[in-house]
Amino acid sequence: MTTTTELGAKSLASWLWRQLTSMRTALILLLLLGFAAIPGSIFPQRSQNPLKVSDYFKSNPGTAKFLDQLQMFDVYSSPWFSSIYILLFISLIGCVLPRTLEHLKGARAKPTLTPKNLSRMEFHSEIDLGSLDAAEAWFRKNRFRIRRDATSISAEKGYLRETGNLVFHLSLILILIGIGVGSLYGMKGDAIINVGDRFINIPTSYDVISFGKLQSEKTLNPFSITATDFKARYELKTGVPSDYKLTVNVADPVGSKEISRVIRVNSPLTFGSTKVYLQANGYSPLVTIRDKAGEIKYQGAVIFLPQDGNLTSTGAIKVPDMNPQVGFIGSFVPTFARNSQRGAFSTYPEVLDPRLLVSIWTGDLGLDSGNPQSIYRLDTSAMKRIELKTLKLHETHNFGEGSITFEGWTPWVNLQIVKDPGKIYALLGSIFAILGLLLSLFTRSRRIWVKERVGELGLEIAGLAKNSAPGLENEIAALVSEMRNLGK
Amino acid sequence: MTSTNYAYLSNYAIYSAMVLFTIAFIAHAVEVAFSVRNVDEKTKFDFSRTKRSGNLGTVMMVLAFAFLLAGVILRGISAHRVPWGNMYEFSITGALAFTGAYIFALWKYKIRWLGLPVAIAVLLTLGTAITILYRPSAPLVPALKSTWLAIHVSAAIISGGVFLLANCIAATYLILDRYESKGGRPTWALKLPALDVLDQLTYRLVAFVFPLWTFAVIAGAIWAESAWGRYWGWDPKETWAFITWVAYAAYLHARVTIGWRGRKAAWLCLFAGSTFLFNYVYINIWGTGRHTYSGL
Repeated sequence: MTTTTELGAKSLASWLWRQLTSMRTALILLLLLGFAAIPGSIFPQRSQNPLKVSDYFKSNPGTAKFLDQLQMFDVYSSPWFSSIYILLFISLIGCVLPRTLEHLKGARAKPTLTPKNLSRMEFHSEIDLGSLDAAEAWFRKNRFRIRRDATSISAEKGYLRETGNLVFHLSLILILIGIGVGSLYGMKGDAIINVGDRFINIPTSYDVISFGKLQSEKTLNPFSITATDFKARYELKTGVPSDYKLTVNVADPVGSKEISRVIRVNSPLTFGSTKVYLQANGYSPLVTIRDKAGEIKYQGAVIFLPQDGNLTSTGAIKVPDMNPQVGFIGSFVPTFARNSQRGAFSTYPEVLDPRLLVSIWTGDLGLDSGNPQSIYRLDTSAMKRIELKTLKLHETHNFGEGSITFEGWTPWVNLQIVKDPGKIYALLGSIFAILGLLLSLFTRSRRIWVKERVGELGLEIAGLAKNSAPGLENEIAALVSEMRNLGK
Repeated sequence: MTSTNYAYLSNYAIYSAMVLFTIAFIAHAVEVAFSVRNVDEKTKFDFSRTKRSGNLGTVMMVLAFAFLLAGVILRGISAHRVPWGNMYEFSITGALAFTGAYIFALWKYKIRWLGLPVAIAVLLTLGTAITILYRPSAPLVPALKSTWLAIHVSAAIISGGVFLLANCIAATYLILDRYESKGGRPTWALKLPALDVLDQLTYRLVAFVFPLWTFAVIAGAIWAESAWGRYWGWDPKETWAFITWVAYAAYLHARVTIGWRGRKAAWLCLFAGSTFLFNYVYINIWGTGRHTYSGL
């Protein structure tokens, strides 16, 4: 009883394995993977743009909830997407590994026996002269692998086709390993720093940071970066950016001698497998806030986020040390213009004629409630707006509870810091994949057989090209004419 | 000469190329429409009488290619960079690659009959480019300033040209297949190659260009790593490039390993090609990802 169920289970397992590793299943999985990738390009993805996802939730709460249950906002890390590619790779391994072993064995084996009936093969011809010795010499000259039997030769060429094919598929596995290593041992974070500030590579310096599942926080490289200068250049007519250049002083490790370096959009800074990228930039207005007595309650650069191509930027200034607390919803306009439809806006991304527009609020900033707050937004639920004001450079405005001075501005940059120890494997995998692909698609694999005719002089010649690759006809014609020439 | 002058010259070259493509189009149309004359009853046909029209078509096609090439190069000179900074430039280069793929295949495989669909497709592409997609010549945004622009975009554009050519042939296959299953080809199609020749030609083109497309995707990944901090991020354009890759990989497997031929293979090829077109048109213009360089 037990043995039969065991047998049953075994044969079921082997049946399943055969099904999974069959070419047809692999093909279906491959197409399925393509289709499964589509929703991720239609719906916003949390991994790329969490803000868009929350916007989607706000505008279509019902649909969003339903879609979220199907993981439509996390397609590429969803179980159903993962299961497709994991099955595909199991199928791939199950298909490729046995073939690799077979191929390695085949490298030493001789070509297959000459078939009995050559007339069924391609380009069959009979000639009344020639000899097996001469044919063998021709095959050797043309670097065929041959098998000489008593009355026939079986020759084969294009062994590298299968080699390339296997290299290609094994490389795909290497790429997957690279992706896996990167996501398990990698790290990725963003930090916005004002020009003039120093960034020390510890987790608390980051605005956002995420680690791979097996990466601990202790392994961050101990470098520091001080942003000393940032230059953005724009096309005069269109305001389209043409170059960003960030100059930094780097100390690695922190405290050692600083070296000046330049980061550009396409040339990150490298520390081993960690890279520092220049991702975005904007303006931080410099403000001073005083209370009624004229005492400074806040002074410094406040990071504002750009809203359009001309860097009209918005942000919030929070002053908790005043009684009542004061907050500002601000808008920094680098090159000022105003019209009735849009209100104040910027006409050029460089600072030519700056303004700081503020709406001034008093009340409770809500910082003590314990709920995390965005530093770019003011929670006005317990506040009252007292005034709107447009400030020119160096202008001070008195708003009753105190004063605000627009002192100037400084650019900020968004540094993205990424550690991906797996990408070298992915790169190697990609290179080998292409080489393997070229080898397998451009190597013609073919066989040619030569047989002594029964009962009369001469030879019978025929061949077979895998995947009906062109050129075999010419090769056989060359062999035939060689036999004819020798016979003369 | 100033940049603006070069830009004007480029536009003139493109307009001239369009005129030449139109002549090629007419010549090929004449060739197809009047090529077959029934000499007697149903058995004998005379295929030779529009040969000269066909020759004219080919000559015009080659000339148009030369003018288009000049247009693309002048555009690059006017902007002091490779001419692949916005969708207008992608389109004129794509048309160039497509024409180039046709002329190459013409030289290797005798497929002059494809001249008519090729001329139509190129005229449509250039027409859209010059009317809707046109943007004045301008320098690149910082993210595009990289050697990888030339490598990645040229590989992608050439792949696209060949994919479209393969699609034209696969579509021809399906049309002729329909005629044949309904009792036979109409007279105008008698001169076109046999079905299995078309099938084989489609496969050749795909197999030839699939490694190049793979390279385009990988070069893009390497560039993305240096510009955006990750080599793969499922950006919509990346996603669709992957889908195209998967679809053509499926086509190659279906044909080589499982042995699909004919109708099924042609449909799969058309599907794969349409994912490429979708990526080019839809994602470039209405997409939201980081690859929005259409300039629209």
